[in-house]
Amino acid sequence: MKHFIFAVVLATLISTTMWGQQSTAPAADTAALEQKFRDMEDRIIALEGQVRALKATAAQAQPAPVTSPETATEPSPLVSGTAPAETSATSSSSAFARPINLGGASNAGKALNPDISVIGDFIGVAGHNSISPSPALEMHESEIGLQAIIDPYARGDFFLSFGEKGVNVEEGFITFTALPAGFTARVGKMRSAFGKVNMMHNHVLPFVDRPLVSNSLTGGEDGIDDAGFSLEHILPAPKGIFFDVTAQLFRGDSGGGDQLVFQSHRKSDVSTVEHLRAYKDLTESTNLDIGLSYARGHNELGSAFLTQLYGVDATVHWKPLRRAIYHSFVGRGEFIWSQRQQLPVEQRAFGFYTSGEYQLGRRWFVGGRYDLSDRSRFANQTDKGGSAILTYWPSEFSQIRTQYRYTKYAENIGAHEVLFQVLFSLGAHGAHPF
Amino acid sequence: MQNLNGIRALVAVTLGMALSATPAAAKKLNVVTSTSDLAALTMEVGGDRINVDSIAKGYQDPHFVEAKPSFLLKLKQADVLLVVGLELEIGWLPPLITQSGNPKVQVGGQGYLDASQFAEILEIPSGPVSRAMGDVHPLGNPHYWLDPANGRRIARGVANKLGELDPNDAPYFQDRFKDFDRRLSDAEKKWDAEMSPYRGRKVVTYHNSATNFAKHFGLNVMGYVEPRPGIPPTPGHTIELMGLMKRDKIKVILVEPYFDLKTPDSIARETGSKVIVFLPSVGGEKEVTDYFKLFDYDIALLMKAFQETN
Repeated sequence: MKHFIFAVVLATLISTTMWGQQSTAPAADTAALEQKFRDMEDRIIALEGQVRALKATAAQAQPAPVTSPETATEPSPLVSGTAPAETSATSSSSAFARPINLGGASNAGKALNPDISVIGDFIGVAGHNSISPSPALEMHESEIGLQAIIDPYARGDFFLSFGEKGVNVEEGFITFTALPAGFTARVGKMRSAFGKVNMMHNHVLPFVDRPLVSNSLTGGEDGIDDAGFSLEHILPAPKGIFFDVTAQLFRGDSGGGDQLVFQSHRKSDVSTVEHLRAYKDLTESTNLDIGLSYARGHNELGSAFLTQLYGVDATVHWKPLRRAIYHSFVGRGEFIWSQRQQLPVEQRAFGFYTSGEYQLGRRWFVGGRYDLSDRSRFANQTDKGGSAILTYWPSEFSQIRTQYRYTKYAENIGAHEVLFQVLFSLGAHGAHPF
Repeated sequence: MQNLNGIRALVAVTLGMALSATPAAAKKLNVVTSTSDLAALTMEVGGDRINVDSIAKGYQDPHFVEAKPSFLLKLKQADVLLVVGLELEIGWLPPLITQSGNPKVQVGGQGYLDASQFAEILEIPSGPVSRAMGDVHPLGNPHYWLDPANGRRIARGVANKLGELDPNDAPYFQDRFKDFDRRLSDAEKKWDAEMSPYRGRKVVTYHNSATNFAKHFGLNVMGYVEPRPGIPPTPGHTIELMGLMKRDKIKVILVEPYFDLKTPDSIARETGSKVIVFLPSVGGEKEVTDYFKLFDYDIALLMKAFQETN
């Protein structure tokens, strides 16, 4: 491929210089020569750009031949009128793409590989906790991300998390990005859109752990994470307000063990999650993000036993644009009500957390969180807690954190713990939604 | 049977209409750009036949823009999304594109345009790339718009793209490009003349965002305040840099408006040099409203600094 492109560049150069010699030899006008030189430079740069574009979009160039005859036969009048260097990238890429057939694995083939990333999450815990003990040192999770654009209509994302006990497809879904009427659809296994924390992977949590309310009411670390469909649509709203609705349908299995949220006993025991989100920029540095969530499914007691969850979340972000890499603040609260049908009586539990994180400088963050939650199966038992955290970023690809956590359990047992975490990221991990 | 065929045809036509998403002829094209410079260049060729909006502000670090949902509202309406490319926006643009629900601006869509394909790109790593080099861009230095020659090339590419999407206005865009080209050539002569006494001057920049600018105007960027791209200054590197500046008599430090001035100021005190906040982008200061004023501003700043430190 390189040779071929080199040959093309060379041919262009030679032909241009030969043509240049013929026409300018008698005139010998330096200005004209200079102009010709510049044009030539432009053409080389345009060629270089096409090579880069080719390399970058080799993946999409594959299905192109089906449509390329069409694009090639109708050159825009604009393009043909100007210098050949200005040929649009689409028609030239098909010209380049065809003769390259080296056989076997080529370097260009690697362009088809998805973006691969690995995120390591190491946690150490000191202190005594008899209710919910944690290991002293643990390679808590190794998350592998595989992400790529599938075709012009969709992209795919896989997140496989390797814990100490086994592997879990945390998420694996296709997103259809080219649907009509502004719909975005996902199919696969995904973290559901119930509130904020439930959507977050471990490595983007603002704290080492998840809040008590997540652990008690919405399935803890695994969360409401299930196989199914998701449909998202941006709704019309007054100017400046982002208003968005997500509707999801899942098989109906989320969480496990003590933290089980939904369980499907037969095919019709599906669960649904709905999320409504309103967002507004208050100023260029401050914004407000409010969400309402609802989830409904069946619990482990049987098809006749429903669990319904209601959530309200609110987030304030502040980040001054001129000093965006040095200072920021995120204040957040999430309130969740659980209504769980069980024997002898339905349990109505409530829990919430409020947290704040402030960025002190380019590498330092401090934060605090207050936790309170009833237990979903025993709503009269309430756990409370508080945390303080200090985070250090050696670079944007690693984080070191220390969190102090105090939890006062319903059994009237208190636990003082210090959590230590190192997060590190390899490769190209796609950005997470805001 | 015939009835069935009729229904099939109807379905096909409806689907085709829904999927083809051709821009309405009379409607102005909506162009969204990732940075303000691309917006300024698009404005030059698009004039009043298009609407232009930029996501990042000129005084903002284009590597670290937040993927705010309010930007989705812009992207949702966009006919063209013009990006810098070379992975400059990799930290924030991909989720916006995915969530926009707008097929036109998806990567590879008819409205997605990567401006880097038109420009001369410097510092393309030739060997293996690793993060030990910091936040290095494997495809080359993405701060390429600060060379007027690249500005011209981008504008030409944009004019062609706009003409492709809106053939009725294509001659208008070409005329505007020719006019821009003429004005830019005149301005370039002026800028080159202003900077010619200072060709070969050595400078230090905070981040490696002035590479193309330095190449065009013959400045030598000898070092960076950052030890590696994207890595904050470290004491060891700062001492090394001060040694280099004293040895090579480097007197001017260029800092982008989004970086803290503490380290550059202390370097300047120690080495007797001057810190200037140069603008890598249109809109970095209120008065810098277009591509020409960007160079006017930066060149005036540099000339003053060079004169003062002579």
